Amino acid sequence: MKKVKSGIRGVIIFLLCVIEVYPLFWMLTASFKQQSEWTEKPAYALNDGFYVENYIDAWTRGHMATFFKNSLICTVVALVFIVVFATTVGFAVTKMNWKWKKAVGRYFTMGIMVPVATALIPLFQIYSKMNLLNTRTCLIITYIAFGLSLSVFLVQGYLRSFPDDIMEAAVIDGCGIYRMMWHIVVPLMKNAIVTVLVLQFFFKWNDLLFSMTFISDSSLKTIQTGLLYFQDEFGGKNWGAIFASVSMSVLPMLVLYTILNRKVIEGMTAGAVKG
Amino acid sequence: MKRVLANKKAIALFVLPAFVIYTVFVMLPVVWSLYYSLYSGSPGLDWEFVGIDNYISLFSDKNFLRALTVNCKYIIVVTTGQVGLGLVLALMFKFWLKRCKTIIRTLVFFPVVLPTVAVGQLFSKIYEIQPNYGLLNSFLDSIGLSNLVQPWIGQESTALWALCVMDIWVAMGFYSVIYYGALLDIPDDVIEAAKIDGCSGWSLFRRILLPLLRPIVITCLVFSFSGTVKMFESALALTNGGPGGATKSLSMYMYDVSFTYNKVGYGSVIAIVIFLICVGGSMLINRFDVKE
Repeated sequence: MKKVKSGIRGVIIFLLCVIEVYPLFWMLTASFKQQSEWTEKPAYALNDGFYVENYIDAWTRGHMATFFKNSLICTVVALVFIVVFATTVGFAVTKMNWKWKKAVGRYFTMGIMVPVATALIPLFQIYSKMNLLNTRTCLIITYIAFGLSLSVFLVQGYLRSFPDDIMEAAVIDGCGIYRMMWHIVVPLMKNAIVTVLVLQFFFKWNDLLFSMTFISDSSLKTIQTGLLYFQDEFGGKNWGAIFASVSMSVLPMLVLYTILNRKVIEGMTAGAVKG
Repeated sequence: MKRVLANKKAIALFVLPAFVIYTVFVMLPVVWSLYYSLYSGSPGLDWEFVGIDNYISLFSDKNFLRALTVNCKYIIVVTTGQVGLGLVLALMFKFWLKRCKTIIRTLVFFPVVLPTVAVGQLFSKIYEIQPNYGLLNSFLDSIGLSNLVQPWIGQESTALWALCVMDIWVAMGFYSVIYYGALLDIPDDVIEAAKIDGCSGWSLFRRILLPLLRPIVITCLVFSFSGTVKMFESALALTNGGPGGATKSLSMYMYDVSFTYNKVGYGSVIAIVIFLICVGGSMLINRFDVKE
């Protein structure tokens, strides 16, 4: 009896895993299929061979190369600023001594509640007045601004348990504030920084709303906007190329996740648990 | 040390740049939306102060009410699904699994890291019926349920549910990992003691685990709620709000009104409504946390 029970449990868990993973597996196999395979066989059939032309098609004719480059530039530049700002602001509002530190700290974390949609219209007006629409600059600024709240919040949480003695020792040894920050605080905060990086990387890479609102020039589009309009460019029929491009956009995530899976899980859930 | 940490110049350097960016590009726009919402037309074109007229006309705007209903249904179904199924998954990991815990956790978390648009494209092909059957329909067809074959996202009756299924699929693993972490924090002796006292199965869950998990359930609810209020990317990628507005959310309606029809003032009212629902709802959920 007990064996049957645990057998059933095993099957249920196995099925769950299949449900979570199979669609992705299907996507990968589908990206190697030729046009004719779709009409001749059921959709769940495996690919006959590896029809790599789909990828070449998506990369060149589908402009995936451009989209990739744009996404990468915007994400990386924004991430650098977010990390720098989050550590310095987080440090200033938890560890330094000044009058408004509590209020400013709270002010920064308030932004976690702001739905992106609420700020969208005024932002569009601001950028259009500043002639920044259709530039990478406006995307990067928005990414930074909207990445700050949660990042500052996470850094703050981490720094609260940061021992004061270490800083004391550094000061006694003659460190100024900047050297202490760079040589003592930042290296000890590596974990928090990685968390912020991972979390914000996923958020920025996945951004759709901002890039589709501010960017209409197709040579500046990011990967998510690109994917969205893919269907129009290739027509509904070229499933192979669509799957190839979707697979490509998933690839950076897949690589990052496989290498860093524990860190990624920690990073992504930190935002929720501490929030 | 006090002197070093009170270095005014350093504080200014550390805080000011971020403070300015954050204020100008996050906080100011929210206030600005409020101001815009009192005007009709768009700046430079029929821009007129109308006071709260915009708010009043919301109540007679069929499209708005429809989007609100769709959005609310979506919030209820997806939040329950994500938070509920996440909990079920976590309990399975904790009590059923003996081996491969890490691998299964890694696999289940996997969809969480995927870009929403990619997931949308993938699922639109899973639900596809034309020009050839997608994954779901071809499965149904091959196991003899061909009468169930239907345009899942092409008809009003199923489109929203298809979307909900997709979003639950994506996030279920995320919540399960959070719950699982919380379950591991519950000391084993508590569970053992309860078992010795004859507590098992449902009553163990209801009387021991759930009260202990309460703070984390609340956190998950807030997280899932504020995510679903914003409903935009996934719906846009899967159905583009269609068919016939069956999956059009508040954010999408706001986007249409302000950027397609260029009614910035009216769009801002909807933006404010989204903001209020988000803040109000989260506060309401948090209410359940305080009383003990």
